[in-house]
Amino acid sequence: MDSLLLPVVDEDGAPFWEYTARGELRVQACAAPACGALRFPPRPCCPHCQSFQSEWRAMSGRGRIWSYVLPHPPLLPAYAAQAPYNAVVVELAEAPHIRLVGNVVSGPDAPLNSVDPARLRIGAPVRAVFAPVSPELTVVRWLLER
Amino acid sequence: MATLKDVTAIAGIGQTAFAKQLPESEKTLACRAIVAALDDAGIAASEVDAFASYTMEETDEVEVAKAIGAGDVTFFSKVGYGGGGSCATIAHLAAAVATGQASVGVAWRSRKRGSGPRPWKNTTVQLPTPAQWTRPYGLLRPADEIGMLARRYMHEYGATRDHLFNVALACRNRANQNPDAVMYERPLTRDMYMTSRWISEPLCLFDNCLETDGALACVVVSAERARDCRQKPVYIHSVAQGLPTQHHGMVNYWNDDPLTGPAWTAARQLWKQADFGPDDVDVAQIYDAFTPLIPLSLEGYGFCGRGEGAAFTEGGALESGGRLPINTGGGGLSEAYVHGFNLINEGVKQLRGISTAQVPDAVTCLVTAGEGVPTSAVLLRS
Repeated sequence: MDSLLLPVVDEDGAPFWEYTARGELRVQACAAPACGALRFPPRPCCPHCQSFQSEWRAMSGRGRIWSYVLPHPPLLPAYAAQAPYNAVVVELAEAPHIRLVGNVVSGPDAPLNSVDPARLRIGAPVRAVFAPVSPELTVVRWLLER
Repeated sequence: MATLKDVTAIAGIGQTAFAKQLPESEKTLACRAIVAALDDAGIAASEVDAFASYTMEETDEVEVAKAIGAGDVTFFSKVGYGGGGSCATIAHLAAAVATGQASVGVAWRSRKRGSGPRPWKNTTVQLPTPAQWTRPYGLLRPADEIGMLARRYMHEYGATRDHLFNVALACRNRANQNPDAVMYERPLTRDMYMTSRWISEPLCLFDNCLETDGALACVVVSAERARDCRQKPVYIHSVAQGLPTQHHGMVNYWNDDPLTGPAWTAARQLWKQADFGPDDVDVAQIYDAFTPLIPLSLEGYGFCGRGEGAAFTEGGALESGGRLPINTGGGGLSEAYVHGFNLINEGVKQLRGISTAQVPDAVTCLVTAGEGVPTSAVLLRS
């Protein structure tokens, strides 16, 4: 049975997925007291101060659509079955330069094509929901704010 | 400080046929293109002592060298990041020849992309580790990744599908003049463009490059040697690679300004070392895997200001006789998609005066590699 691709977790990204499994959206931040810069995607070293100390800072889960596409086939079978669906980049409310790729859906368990594309626009406010995609992994999807 | 400026030249070019499907293997096609380029230059294969290609090239130096009968090879280099490496192959050979590490360099690209495996059919190649942040959400193909930047660009600067059509049309019109182009006898109309199927909205079929089987090669030697070769030398005036600060590859969504791509970095270095600037470029071969890469590159390489790339395409600016004729063999959109190597050979043809869409008296040509990934560029002059 074909299914959507699961994230292949690496050492740098593992904490992100541990938090999403608990329903928390957290972003890696430098833990050096004088710096504290957020960074995404996660990586071993702070590009601002070169500190190797990091922490995972809780985000509100609010953001805005920065851009989006509507993929059509040819696609992997599980995606073709839902095409056209939306894929979005969301900029986080508290850190607009931190942007997450995801999907706007009508509910946490709804398919990738569950929202009419005519309702999507750049700048639209969205909020995070958490969608378990395997016993171990939960991805972040997005609901349009009213 | 030592300079590469005009110290080396492209003395030979070669290519196979381009088609959706060619019967021969990638290795055979590579050898045919290289042998043709050496013959064009009038240089014996036994004199070749340097090779450069892309990391994704599947025919390696060992296979090519022993098949064509190269001599002792003292320099070989592979450049990463897909089509971003095209012009860097020339840059690496120029540096090697200029510094005495080698004397006859061959750069090449051979690919059966038209008839070979494609990424969206194979799950295992979908998931390199950084892709954990994009692939599961259905951002599967380069068209999806660039489509995301394209929609943002259209939103910020008022670019429209007509601007993207201008790019597709200019390339198709040049291909219609080029008997070797896959789209030689296939004109494109605005109606065809506007009613074609979506690939990743806002990008339609005609915003995407071709899928082609074919191979190309060129020969780099010292300028002095080139003057004794069979063809008019085409000098390598300036070269650059570009990996901008905090760049993330084709999914460059995570720096302060994702629309300022690697072209800007390569351009600063390219122009710094050149005797002329964007206004002096007679013809340009701009990497066109997707139409939006043209306005982004026009801005990056300084042909217009930030946000003006779409408007630049208006009024036939990219056509023959326009402000900046581009992709005069048809480019990746309409001649062949061989990760940009056909753009290099076409640049050489323009400066030899033998292009099928010759720009009168062209003496300078910019060739660029893939924008949106770590990139490279070369300025050629005759």
